[in-house]
Amino acid sequence: MNVTATIERGAATAPVIPPKGEEKPRAKRPGGFLTSSNGKKAVMAVTGAVMVLFLVGHMLGNLKIFAGRDSFDEYALALRTLLEPIAPYRTLLTLVEIVLVVSVVLHMWAAISLSRRAAAARPVKYAARKKSQAKGYATHIMRFGGITIALFVVWHLLDLTFGVVNPKGFDSSPADRMIAGFDPSRWYVTLLYIVAVAMVGLHLRHGIWSAFQTLGVANRDRNRALRAVAGLGSAVLVIGFLAPPLAITFGVVQ
Amino acid sequence: MNLTLKVWRQSGPKDRGRMVTYRVEDVSPDMSFLEMLDVLNERLILEGDDPIAFDHDCREGICGMCGMVINGVAHGEQVATTTCQLHMRHFEDGATITIEPWRAAPFPVIKDLVVDRSSFDRIIQAGGFVSVPAGSAPDAHSVPVRKEDADAAFDAATCIGCGACVAACPNGSASLFTAAKITHLSLLPQGQPERLSRAKAMVDQMDAEGFGGCTNTGECTAVCPKGIPLDTIAQMNSDYLKANAK
Amino acid sequence: MNFVEGAEIRDTKAPAGPIEERWEKRKFGARLVNPANKRKLDVIVVGTGLAGGSAAATLGELGYNVKSFCYQDSPRRAHSIAAQGGINAAKNYRGDGDSIYRLFYDTVKGGDFRARESNVYRLAEVSVNIIDQAVAQGVPFAREYGGLLDTRSFGGAQVSRTFYARGQTGQQLLLGAYQALERQIAAGTVEMFTRHEMLDLIVSDGRARGVIVRDMVTGDIERHFADAVVLATGGYGNVFYLSTNAKGCNTTAIWRAHERGAYFANPCYTQIHPTCIPVSGDHQSKLTLMSESLRNDGRVWVPLRKNDSRAPGDIPDAERDYYLERIYPAFGNLVPRDIASRAAKNVCDEGRGVGPGGLGVYLDFRDAIGRLGRDAVEKKYGNLFEMYERITGENPYETPMRIYPAVHYTMGGLWVDYDLQSTVPGLFVIGEANFSDHGANRLGASALMQGLADGYFVLPTTIGDYLADGPFGDVDEEAVAAAEVAVRTKIDRLMSVNGTRTPDSFHRELGKLMWDYCGMDRTEESLRKALERIPELRQEFWENVKVTGVAEELNQTLEKAGRVADFFDLAELMCLDALVRSESCGGHFRAESQDSDGEALRDDENFAHVSAWEHSPDGTPVLHKEPLEYEYVKMSQRSYK
Repeated sequence: MNVTATIERGAATAPVIPPKGEEKPRAKRPGGFLTSSNGKKAVMAVTGAVMVLFLVGHMLGNLKIFAGRDSFDEYALALRTLLEPIAPYRTLLTLVEIVLVVSVVLHMWAAISLSRRAAAARPVKYAARKKSQAKGYATHIMRFGGITIALFVVWHLLDLTFGVVNPKGFDSSPADRMIAGFDPSRWYVTLLYIVAVAMVGLHLRHGIWSAFQTLGVANRDRNRALRAVAGLGSAVLVIGFLAPPLAITFGVVQ
Repeated sequence: MNLTLKVWRQSGPKDRGRMVTYRVEDVSPDMSFLEMLDVLNERLILEGDDPIAFDHDCREGICGMCGMVINGVAHGEQVATTTCQLHMRHFEDGATITIEPWRAAPFPVIKDLVVDRSSFDRIIQAGGFVSVPAGSAPDAHSVPVRKEDADAAFDAATCIGCGACVAACPNGSASLFTAAKITHLSLLPQGQPERLSRAKAMVDQMDAEGFGGCTNTGECTAVCPKGIPLDTIAQMNSDYLKANAK
Repeated sequence: MNFVEGAEIRDTKAPAGPIEERWEKRKFGARLVNPANKRKLDVIVVGTGLAGGSAAATLGELGYNVKSFCYQDSPRRAHSIAAQGGINAAKNYRGDGDSIYRLFYDTVKGGDFRARESNVYRLAEVSVNIIDQAVAQGVPFAREYGGLLDTRSFGGAQVSRTFYARGQTGQQLLLGAYQALERQIAAGTVEMFTRHEMLDLIVSDGRARGVIVRDMVTGDIERHFADAVVLATGGYGNVFYLSTNAKGCNTTAIWRAHERGAYFANPCYTQIHPTCIPVSGDHQSKLTLMSESLRNDGRVWVPLRKNDSRAPGDIPDAERDYYLERIYPAFGNLVPRDIASRAAKNVCDEGRGVGPGGLGVYLDFRDAIGRLGRDAVEKKYGNLFEMYERITGENPYETPMRIYPAVHYTMGGLWVDYDLQSTVPGLFVIGEANFSDHGANRLGASALMQGLADGYFVLPTTIGDYLADGPFGDVDEEAVAAAEVAVRTKIDRLMSVNGTRTPDSFHRELGKLMWDYCGMDRTEESLRKALERIPELRQEFWENVKVTGVAEELNQTLEKAGRVADFFDLAELMCLDALVRSESCGGHFRAESQDSDGEALRDDENFAHVSAWEHSPDGTPVLHKEPLEYEYVKMSQRSYK
């Protein structure tokens, strides 16, 4: 066997690790539950579950548009007047919003802190392009998907909740905003919406199963069923969320 | 076969390291991957060069000492195969092969492809055992174990501690390794008394070593030479949550 | 090579009396160390396999200060991990007539009457505790649907006494010991030194008091002191270069101890395993064992004609020679390891071997697949078939496997008494590194049993009797310096030769020489040739080896060179021992000593003894014979016809 060697310039290099004795002690003292990686994962799972429940409710509400504008507006109003007169206007909705905001913040905090931990755990990247050996690409786009979804949510709120970027503005009925928002002339909004919902679907397909796994519900016997639940659940949500805008854009609902 | 190897060379922990390209000719397809490196190393020695340092011992896929990231995949693309069991017939003539060490902060490089995996030992030290001093054990038949449990425990117990799971994980997590031991012992009646304290101590130690958290990508189980299933991690999570709820 | 004969060894410290009471007697007679004193006593354990790992853990549990060393990056890597088949124990869970006495009887007989009765009986006695201990640790042995442990019969035993964990029994048992060891490390009773290689023994005032080790990462030469030293460094099968041992297995630790005064017993007893994957070319670095269980259903054959180059499928039955079934109709393909191995060698020597170089025989599953169906065969042997295909690229469901014998285990090792103490006071030797329990041939599934018996149960008791006299005070600085200088000098010498051959090339040549001249069958002529050739090769080694790099860092070439250097010296003693023992027994087959059927013929009149070799400074070994007496098992000639 013959051998020739050449050194490649510009290849990945390792950071210089301080020699023994000088390095700071690597093993830190274990902290509390929330500082542990598993604790953060549990936070993600629980907050994720809260958001999934919200999405289910949100989707059911959206579907009311098929029952007519009035029905949709009544539903929107009911959300605000529920519990009245025992509690003031918008009590329930505010509570839901608080829980949601807390969930989103905690979910993102856990995600960011876990991805920082992951980055610290691999200070030197591989030179070879890493090939995924696992099945399913959804698992690798969770962070990217999460960011996309967060950006979309901002736009979504500006469009349909606050009406800032909606042609009908804030002083309009929810149904008006919705129908105007997905008007055929605003096809690009529908397209954006489709992309975002698809992203949510992918995020959930992995996320729902992942939550079961993180909370220790998954096991050898249940795994197949749980994967199916995750797949089916996210598919239902995707269809449920895409039905109204598509119906509006294609003129089925006017 | 003629091959081009791009190998990570790093003379010691303090060196920055670099990829070095070697052209090797007349490689026999019957060689194992490590035998191919042996032959290359013998040439390097004769040329007065420092041979490529790599860990290996049993060369039959069970000691867990060997491990390299080959073309971006821990232990190479052959499924359920350690580096030492990988053979050259799976490569094409003229191929370029990239060879790198396991990359993780808790696995610092000692030299070339040799890394320090003592963090794994410390995870076991934290609780990966049943506390039973020699000489005190009851008769082996005094506690029957369901065959299904024994088999599942065995599946988890086959972990060879090679570290491929960490190398493959996008988060540099040691969850599969830690979960394999937790699951092995938590499925057996003998492991019950220390079950929750074990899970807590081992997971906390895993964190303290600087491994990343699990995001359930399944990359670990895909490269695992023993195919340790991902649901061991669910078992670990379950035990850990219960331990914290107490 | 000359040798002189020294005094006979008469006392092995085994208590007298009925055999079933001896261990009990010894345990009671062994002095105890007061718990407060244990903390003041240091013990060094080298090696972390089944014997060393279990010993270090147990000594730690007892309260001694233990320092444990291994050359691998973790104690879990020791080569015990590769044992496939199982572990024997006289539990008689099957009610099939097994007993401690029967295991004892089988082991003495299987060892071809070259093992000590007292030791073997104790081994059989302790075997039952091992299973209890392992199960309590969570070792996932195979179980039946009722939840109880499954057993199988193994290696031709007529009772079902082998406990197993699929094909990974060694791994599971070792991990049990490893976990116990890690527990003690966490508890602070054991200090672990990984990537440290023992390079010399410190003997001070006639006692083993420490070791000189090299930190394999930094190259530092370190001295470690203790009140007793335990070697559990395994066998020396790698003297043959190709063996089923791990690449790192070596003789350095026991050889240095031998040079410091420990007798080396029966170095020529080598076990050759018949079912290994054959060599595929010059690049071959090690051999892989295929479980012996394959012979339960596979049929071994070679072509009737010499140099028959037809594909196996094209050779009709009439032109095949199922030689084991032909020669040994009663046992057929299930004859013991040594017999199967030698028969394979014989047919290959006749030119009827198959595969590259004609060094292989077929192990054919055609008939088993026909009889049981492919699924049943796959269920039984699927993982082994996969492993075979991974290595050879051939599919054993379609083409017969090719197998060939390979060196697997060495029954010889440092001489120890009943307490497992060597001839150097304070130096204990356990597991494969000692010679004690297997005689001239080890039975299948007995290596794991011996390693764990020594480590968990025997040594922790007997070492106490020695340590009861301790602590032994300061170590003589002169002795330490002498050992350290010897180590440094050798390293400097290796680094400075700067010749033109790699350590591996010498190792390969030595291995080939040993395989050809001191392998499966040995003759006076071949052994004399080896004894002539080894010193020449050793001289060339010291003049022409090339070690690159520096000694003060991780240097795998230097590690290798140091090990090869010791293999030369050991190889010489092995050949001498084989030459002096002009009988055949167990794994040692002298072609001159066979019966009319070509079977091994013992010479009990002249060789019913252990050959314990003493190293002498002038290089002339001194042979001490330890006579073997059989009070319980009547000596008889083995026959498998």
